[in-house]
Amino acid sequence: MHYSLSDMILDLFQNSIEAGAQRIHLDIVREAEELKVCLKDDGCGMTEGELEKSKDPFHSDGIKHKHRKVGLGIPFLIQTVEQAEGSFEIQSEKGKGTLFSIRFNLGNIDTPPEGDWAGLFFQALCFDGEYELIINRKIIGEEGKVGEYLLQRSELQDILGNFNESGAMILLRDYLKSQEEELLDQ
Amino acid sequence: MAKMTLEELRKLRSSQKSEMERRDVEGKEIHIIVGMGTCGIAAGAKMALDSFLDTIKSNNLTDVVVKQTGCMGLCYSEPTVEVKVPGMPDIIYGNVDAAVAKEIVEKHIMHKKMVENHIQDKPAGDIIK
Ligand code: FES
Repeated sequence: MHYSLSDMILDLFQNSIEAGAQRIHLDIVREAEELKVCLKDDGCGMTEGELEKSKDPFHSDGIKHKHRKVGLGIPFLIQTVEQAEGSFEIQSEKGKGTLFSIRFNLGNIDTPPEGDWAGLFFQALCFDGEYELIINRKIIGEEGKVGEYLLQRSELQDILGNFNESGAMILLRDYLKSQEEELLDQ
Repeated sequence: MAKMTLEELRKLRSSQKSEMERRDVEGKEIHIIVGMGTCGIAAGAKMALDSFLDTIKSNNLTDVVVKQTGCMGLCYSEPTVEVKVPGMPDIIYGNVDAAVAKEIVEKHIMHKKMVENHIQDKPAGDIIK
């Protein structure tokens, strides 16, 4: 399966949207061989019991698939991290939100490829509905040289209007690509 | 591509808008809805989405609304895409890769001809109410 790290994060992100989050923060920071991902939302959160269940790939709440609050994303993530010397932490509080802190070890050959971050940001920005999303993308190079950019959904919407319109989407995609390319070139 | 600033983005958007006004597209919207469940993502829904946008762009279409939705309950035929064109029945297509996405825009949307072999009957039973 061609599942990259960015796909995996998209899946988690979608859980946040489905959990009714109004405000989501996503940090993607690379330093040497380590990639740190932090995803924080103020969605409906999970109780400890629900959190445990969300880690089980064979769990289904027996209700309609569509209303399942947790996708396969979490079990995939755990498996990926465990087989590749990474680490992860999930904190969740019912009614308050969920926080994922994940560290991928890019030096381990079992870690999937990073994938397309600009593409992930694009998709994460373009879900339907009113929510604020703040993305911080950062690369810390050797000798501590920092390159980064910040994206804010409300600011981009202010410029582009409705993201669902193909014209706006095409410009947004170009904009995001140019940010990421510049960062990688540094 | 040189790094685009927000100012440049704003300018591009407003020239795009005045171009659209000039062509005066009436509110007859075409909708493309791409399924993004776990399996849709894994099956390459992103490639389909990219191909839709590229084809829309290269054909200068302006009145298309593109949306992403969660799981459509059709794991076995992901990526799935729903296409709504005024005057035509709503169609769900399955196994939409980049090439099929291009075909959907060029045939279904531009020439009102359905793309055979990829039409899906209806969503899986547990999804429709
Ligand atoms: S995630 Fe596959 S049908 Fe729902």
